[in-house]
Amino acid sequence: MILQMNGIQKSFGGLEVLKDISLHVDAGEVVSIIGPSGSGKSTLLRCATFLEKVDAGEITYMDTTAVRTGGDGHAVYLPHKELNSVKRYFGLVFQQFNLFPHYSVLKNVMDAPVHVQKRNKEEVREEAMAILKKMDLDTRADAYPCQLSGGQQQRVAIARALALKPAILFFDEPTSALDPELTGEVLKVIRQLAEEKMTMVVVTHEMPFARAVSNRVLFMDKGVVVEQGHPEDVFGDPQQERTRQFLRNYQR
Amino acid sequence: MSLSTMLASMGEGMLRTCLIFFLTLLFSLPLGMVIMFMRRSRILLIRGIAHILIAVLRGTPLMLQLLMWYFGPFYLFGWSIRGYRFTAIILGFSINYAAYFAEIYRGGFESISKGQYEAAEILGYSRVQTFFKIILPQVIKTILPSVTNEIITLVKDTSLAFTLAYNEMFSLAKQIAASQTSFMPFIIAGVFYFVANYAVAFGMERVEKALDYYH
Ligand SMILES: Nc1ncnc2c1ncn2[C@@H]1O[C@H](COP(=O)(O)OP(=O)(O)O)[C@@H](O)[C@H]1O
Ligand SMILES: [Mg+2]
Repeated sequence: MILQMNGIQKSFGGLEVLKDISLHVDAGEVVSIIGPSGSGKSTLLRCATFLEKVDAGEITYMDTTAVRTGGDGHAVYLPHKELNSVKRYFGLVFQQFNLFPHYSVLKNVMDAPVHVQKRNKEEVREEAMAILKKMDLDTRADAYPCQLSGGQQQRVAIARALALKPAILFFDEPTSALDPELTGEVLKVIRQLAEEKMTMVVVTHEMPFARAVSNRVLFMDKGVVVEQGHPEDVFGDPQQERTRQFLRNYQR
Repeated sequence: MSLSTMLASMGEGMLRTCLIFFLTLLFSLPLGMVIMFMRRSRILLIRGIAHILIAVLRGTPLMLQLLMWYFGPFYLFGWSIRGYRFTAIILGFSINYAAYFAEIYRGGFESISKGQYEAAEILGYSRVQTFFKIILPQVIKTILPSVTNEIITLVKDTSLAFTLAYNEMFSLAKQIAASQTSFMPFIIAGVFYFVANYAVAFGMERVEKALDYYH
């Protein structure tokens, strides 16, 4: 088991965005999360990656429980230092890439392994170049993000996340900020990672991609998981009316 | 009085002007950062103090502030401090400019997207690393043009030190012009400010060019 989230609750002000959500991810699994905009998909990923604090619930990575519900029903986080050591288990790829514009492609990929993980620079450089080659970006190693297309930038962002060797990688709508003709190159890279058995959770609106690549699909609506299962079941024979409705809207 | 004696007697004033200029930058650039952090503090009281401080410092003439710094200790507390004149000038200039720099910095920090902080956090950078490696370099690039403007204003503002009868270059120019009934000292002063600002603009442009490799 890589990730286990149980009974996650999260509100913004009075708005309940996540209502008792659970998510289990095993090693090598690819889980897709689909659902209408505003259903809480990003919030779920942001809670899983500690960018947002949950109100209640449990989050466990590998064998470390980072968040548990305390006696008063409120979430209790591990102390700062121990929480940081849990953070090395995951990476996150953002919709808006969030590359560091003042760093070259190579430095974007190398900097955290060298300055956060304190690994040997030459070793990291070799690995970084290998990852960039896999992303078909090795010839752009010295370019700056502003000189790249959106698709290339997102692939650099994926390379940057992979360089830290996370046990699980989250993607929040990795192709939604891209021109349609550029989504393919990013999806191809994610598909390739899936073939290599990289553990991933992907929030996406690319239904054919989710159907083809994932081991499991979650349909979220209004802060709850309405339906989940094998992609052929969820897409081919959805059990819930809300799922059917959502998928119908997508086929139009 | 020949041109060369005129230049010689104004030379010391030029040095003093330069001293005001460099000391003001030395103190106000970092002090502006402190005021900016106060302005962005989570504590309402600190934020409020910074807000008022900036409003007063930017809302009153620098000349008046210099007089306050110089005469304030005596009229308010009855202190007369020997050799205080130069200190008062540097205090007045540095604190006034710090307020302007604080607002420039604030604009710079607010222009950085939240995504930069979040990416850094996910990648495991510490708060100090995030600030110095990721955020600050981008802030410096965005604020450079405004900082250049402010520095050019400072070159010209140094002449306000005459308010406290400090013999920087501009005061000397006036004195010599009066005693020699000559217009020449003003021309020399004008050339001096112009050349100094030209140097500032040239230098800053080089820095901006050096940071032009991304946007
Ligand atoms: N920081 C926030 N403050 C207040 N409301 C938020 C915040 N983040 C998200 N929300 C709200 O939570 C709901 C779910 O948002 P989100 O998780 O982004 O949905 P999705 O990613 O599925 O489109 C939305 O109604 C959104 O407005
Ligand atoms: Mg979203």
